Amino acid sequence: MSEHELRVSKIRDGTVIDHVEGGQALNVLAILGIDGSEGFGVSVGMNVPSDRLGRKDIVKVEERELSQSEVDVLSLIAPEATINIVRDFEVVEKNRVTRPDSVTGVLSCPNRNCITNADEPVDTRFDVVADGVRCDYCSTILRADIADHIDV
Amino acid sequence: MRQDHLITATQLSRDDIEAVLDRAREVADDPAAYADRHAGRVLALCFFEPSTRTRMSFDSAAKRLGIDTIDMGDVGSSSVSKGESLSDTVRVIEGYADALVLRHPSEGAATLAAEHVSVPVVNAGDGAGQHPSQTLLDLHTIRENHGLDDLTVGIMGDLKYGRTVHSLAAALTEFDANQHFISPESLRLPRSVRFDLHETGAQVREHTDLEDVIDELDVLYVTRIQKERFPDENEYHRVAGEYQIDAETLDDAADDLTVMHPLPRVDEIAPDVDETDHATYFEQAHNGVPVRMALLDTLLENAEAAEGMEVDR
Ligand SMILES: [Zn+2]
Repeated sequence: MSEHELRVSKIRDGTVIDHVEGGQALNVLAILGIDGSEGFGVSVGMNVPSDRLGRKDIVKVEERELSQSEVDVLSLIAPEATINIVRDFEVVEKNRVTRPDSVTGVLSCPNRNCITNADEPVDTRFDVVADGVRCDYCSTILRADIADHIDV
Repeated sequence: MRQDHLITATQLSRDDIEAVLDRAREVADDPAAYADRHAGRVLALCFFEPSTRTRMSFDSAAKRLGIDTIDMGDVGSSSVSKGESLSDTVRVIEGYADALVLRHPSEGAATLAAEHVSVPVVNAGDGAGQHPSQTLLDLHTIRENHGLDDLTVGIMGDLKYGRTVHSLAAALTEFDANQHFISPESLRLPRSVRFDLHETGAQVREHTDLEDVIDELDVLYVTRIQKERFPDENEYHRVAGEYQIDAETLDDAADDLTVMHPLPRVDEIAPDVDETDHATYFEQAHNGVPVRMALLDTLLENAEAAEGMEVDR
């Protein structure tokens, strides 16, 4: 039994998000809108030793599979993540995340003077650029600070 | 230009720009030929922020093309002060007009407006974002004085919040200009503008001292540093004072240096510069009318062509 399995137990049905950059697990839960009040099981492993990342986080969510838009935003803060769909204790699907071209309605613009922060009936829209995302309306670029602007 | 709207200068190719400037030249040479070109059309002037010259310049340009203008008036007296969203406002005004000119204090306002209407939208300034019609008249002025090839341009002042600067810098990359940006550290170009310049591989350098580059420049573009940008008045006076020019500052400049300013100026350019051959800012302001005529003519022509295509289908 490997080390991380000792720390985070197996789940019957749900999703295991593995190879999340160390320290990002709680942001992953924020993106998924999970705070525990939903009643299903959530386990989080943080700073687990990893060959690929040095230290990684792992998030296991029972009875829940991810939508494409959730995976899209996830890819921005956890570009190395793998998403394992588990049914009856078996991994039935294993996917790497891919960066989308744009993300709509999930992030809020950090520019207070942006029209998307002005009580207009508009969803935010960010283009994914080299090492961050960029507001389609005001052009403001968000880099490492993406997680601070998740609008959930 | 095959564009439906004019929202940012980054959307414009060299060909787009030159097509408008060629037309501006034709307009300036023979204004009578354009006098009734768009008779019966209506242009809505939507200024959510005070403006005198940009509004008047568009108004004059429209009327010289035979276009009637309607003006939503001052923000304080309109439905905006009653809390109506910009999205609703432009959807209503779209029904009154064949094109909209929009100025708004929020960045991205013109992009949002263009998503809600099918008539052409011209961004006449969105917060600290863009002001692309100003850029077209700036480029027209540069072209008539120097041409647009092999240029070395210095842009000085408030580069952080200066929307005319953001648009001009983007457009100059289409002409492979050498660009020097001169400003206090706190007012340097925003990250998003530097990102775009970097992406295009533009020749760009940043300075805090005009002296470092004054002798290399073909064009010096001066902008105003506003008091509101500083926490206290002493700091403002100390910093702004370093970015003001007078005739003596230009001693080291090339004889044919063109000094420009989007106006209004306060004390960035001393009146003694007006007497020199360098002073080009009033000519620049006057170019607003033929250039905006060329722009409106182009956008309305594109819109009519698009309507024709829809009918054919
Ligand atoms: Zn924005």
